[in-house]
Amino acid sequence: MIQVIAIAILSLLAQLFLPWWSLAVVAFAVCFVRSNGAGRAFLQGFAGAALTWLGYALLVHISTDGIFTGRMGLLLFKTEGAGLPLLVTTLLGGLVGGLAGMSGYLVRQASGNQAAAH
Amino acid sequence: MQDHVSDLPVTYVKAILSLAITVLLIWAANRSWGSIPAFGPLLSPFTGFWQNAETVSRQDQTITLGGTKASVTVVFDDLAIPHVFAQNDYDLYFAQGYLTARDRLWQMEFQTHAAAGRVSEIVGERAIELDRYNRRLGMGYGAEQTLKKMQADPTSRQVIEAYTAGVNAWISHLEPAAYPIEYKLLGYAPEPWTPLKCALLLKQLTSTLASGADDLLMTNGFGQYGAAAIAELFPDYPAQESPIIPSGTKLDFTPVPVPAAPADNGFGESMALAVPQMGIHRPHPEIGSNNWAVGAQKSATGQPILSNDPHLGLSLPSIWYQMQLVSPTVNVYGATLPGAPHVIIGFNKNVAWGVTNVGADVLDFYSIKFQDKSRKAYWHDNQWKPVRSRIETIKVKGRPAIIDTVYYTHHGPVVYTTGMDPFRKNIPVGYAARWIAHEPSDETACFYRLNRARTMADYRQALSHYVAPAQNFIFASNQNDIAISPNGRFPLKWKDQGKFLLDGTDPANDWQGYVPSNQNPFVSNPGRGFVSSANQSSTDPSYPYYINWEFAPSERGRRINQRLETMTQVTIDSMRALQNDNYNLRAADALPVLLPLLNEKALTPPQRSALTTLKRWRYNNDVGEIGPTIFQNWMNSFMDMVWKDNFEGKDTKPMRYPTFDRTLELVKKSPTAQWFDNVKTPAKEQLADVVTQSFEAASDTLNKKNGPMGPEWAWGAYKGTDIRHLIPGLDAFSVLDLDIGGGSGIVNATSERWGPSWRMIVAVGQQPKAYGVYPGGQSGNPGSPYYQNMVETWRTGQLNELLYLQSSKDKHPRLTRTMTLN
Repeated sequence: MIQVIAIAILSLLAQLFLPWWSLAVVAFAVCFVRSNGAGRAFLQGFAGAALTWLGYALLVHISTDGIFTGRMGLLLFKTEGAGLPLLVTTLLGGLVGGLAGMSGYLVRQASGNQAAAH
Repeated sequence: MQDHVSDLPVTYVKAILSLAITVLLIWAANRSWGSIPAFGPLLSPFTGFWQNAETVSRQDQTITLGGTKASVTVVFDDLAIPHVFAQNDYDLYFAQGYLTARDRLWQMEFQTHAAAGRVSEIVGERAIELDRYNRRLGMGYGAEQTLKKMQADPTSRQVIEAYTAGVNAWISHLEPAAYPIEYKLLGYAPEPWTPLKCALLLKQLTSTLASGADDLLMTNGFGQYGAAAIAELFPDYPAQESPIIPSGTKLDFTPVPVPAAPADNGFGESMALAVPQMGIHRPHPEIGSNNWAVGAQKSATGQPILSNDPHLGLSLPSIWYQMQLVSPTVNVYGATLPGAPHVIIGFNKNVAWGVTNVGADVLDFYSIKFQDKSRKAYWHDNQWKPVRSRIETIKVKGRPAIIDTVYYTHHGPVVYTTGMDPFRKNIPVGYAARWIAHEPSDETACFYRLNRARTMADYRQALSHYVAPAQNFIFASNQNDIAISPNGRFPLKWKDQGKFLLDGTDPANDWQGYVPSNQNPFVSNPGRGFVSSANQSSTDPSYPYYINWEFAPSERGRRINQRLETMTQVTIDSMRALQNDNYNLRAADALPVLLPLLNEKALTPPQRSALTTLKRWRYNNDVGEIGPTIFQNWMNSFMDMVWKDNFEGKDTKPMRYPTFDRTLELVKKSPTAQWFDNVKTPAKEQLADVVTQSFEAASDTLNKKNGPMGPEWAWGAYKGTDIRHLIPGLDAFSVLDLDIGGGSGIVNATSERWGPSWRMIVAVGQQPKAYGVYPGGQSGNPGSPYYQNMVETWRTGQLNELLYLQSSKDKHPRLTRTMTLN
């Protein structure tokens, strides 16, 4: 759980200044430092990154009365409505975060310092 | 120990595989794939489209830019229209650039990229031929000429530099997350604005409004049917007309001599040089506009009232941007063009003005005889003259740049050389274009003065600075003057010079000077109590100079003049009703002539019911009427049946049809003319056969496409007006299928894709009272509440009051917030 919160907060801070994929670096680093299993690391990375993206997207969506979400849904997915833009945004952020988190754990393992990971 | 060793490769493989997939996903999501944008940065709530969603702000703001000489106060009203109060002119135009860029950056840059032939840089190879065309037509060359002229005038130069600095002040503070959505979708970034871009924007306007040319098609028709037939079918003045300058208006000048026409009428060898091309359909853009002003004696206020609605391709972001610009030297309100300083159509305390397009013939084509394949010299005035080469480098996204050489003669650039395939099919191959857009000109000098005009004399003085695209400038003042002038720089031509392609070797065919600007057509305070224009003939044939042989069809102009003749006690509301007038004068002209010729006995039951509906129609193009749908389809079918056999065919060079006006005149005056026979059939068709058969065909087609007559046939639904985003295919950013009346040739000129791009009515007086609307909104951002908030007001024919403030301290319930620029 601590990893999820760490990834969410640190990637939020990183993305205020750095490109969108900085979230991957954060998830990688957090799971490199502390994680317990590849599957867990994936879930932690996924949840942390998805939380940040979904949270921020929802904040924008609600505070602007969804003025642009539906239009972009129509443009990108040929269906009006906020569902798909929010879902795909969450999934993409989550997937990148999850894969990066898992990589962080696995690299740590491969580098031979499994003990610290537990 | 044994276990540990065999574990190692597996953990390595897993780690590397996982890392590789992660990096691959990031790489794939971080780049665009063809027309699919880069999803990573686009979907990221930190940098992507989420950042483009906006809300209504009521917060006052202070912004420190450092580019102004003093602080500028901007008051926004509830439609997000900025009212700018600056303490000097530099700051005023700086703020105009800054605020316009803030709302319209992508649009202004994209339009200037298009003018410069740089679309391929953004979208890749599919725009290469478009870019090649714009460059070869000399858009960039023309903009450079205009820039030189603007920079030679100290005032114009300062205005353009201030405007440029203002745009760049916005761009330089712009984080990628705040880029307009189009940059994010297409994956590029804004570049710094330059004075050249202001010039390019004006060239784009000239390209839109003054690049029509039927010279090639007319020449082919001449080759096919000879001088007499062509003169008969394509006369220089329509049968029905109500010219802009009323007949009988006295000239207030002594004309200068007009150059003599050469004996061969300018053809020379050019006929032999015309290259056959197949499948041209004459582009028939519904470019047109209305304006009128009634004098004090016709007005309920006792002072003039002026109206203007320029018709252009309906597009988003909106073509116009409303602003009020105030400094110690000016207080003007109106429609501005994103990318150009000043107000283009508007009013100040004393005067109001507006424009419609003239349609002057200011683009001519000259056959070029090169000395040899090196194209280093061309034959003119009995000698070889040097060709100047201009290298155009077209950068293409994802491909090496294309180097294109364009050959310039004293006429202008050779748009297409032998063997090339023209992007616009009305451009003849092997000809140089002589085009007004290549002339050094400074239109900003005209608008600088119009914005500050106090009297009719100021207006005329301002107009003398204007070159292209020629406009019918209408004017009203609170000194109770009204006036109109078809105005621009008109080449001094012999009659019909440039109606056909010209022989470029004979100096008699060259443009030989210009009509003196104070001899342009002009009328003020005419006896009839109003002035007006709707792109019809500038003058009747008594005007001493040749401007063009053909103008827009006369129906809108005649209808406006008929209505204004009978109107008295005119109010803003009765002017608004006239802007929304849906009367189909063409139908009123044609149906009483054609219906009696129709052989009703030959009709099937569905055809007969269509006829019954048409006969009951009172000629109004209202949304619920079915008559306009049948009429339009019938007339299209009728024109095709009369002319297609003679003017379009696989084995003939491309030609164009005579006008509807001429066709109707033939029906009335020469019902037995040979043209009514279809030469492709053995039978000898009479006029009545064509009338009947074309009606049957139109009715059958409608039944086939739209089912039996019913709501599908109603004009509003059938026409379906669209306002489309500038990027083709972006339906999500467009407003589609608007239910709205009017149509091509109707005063309410709202057709499928064209229509009133700005409607304005101004009652001049002690204080001007003004109303206006355009189909869109102040913001160019599809994620803004101000992107299309005025569309419904526009669709229903309503107008918003235009708030004309005297000071930044003025109070009004519609004012929402203040922005201070330091």
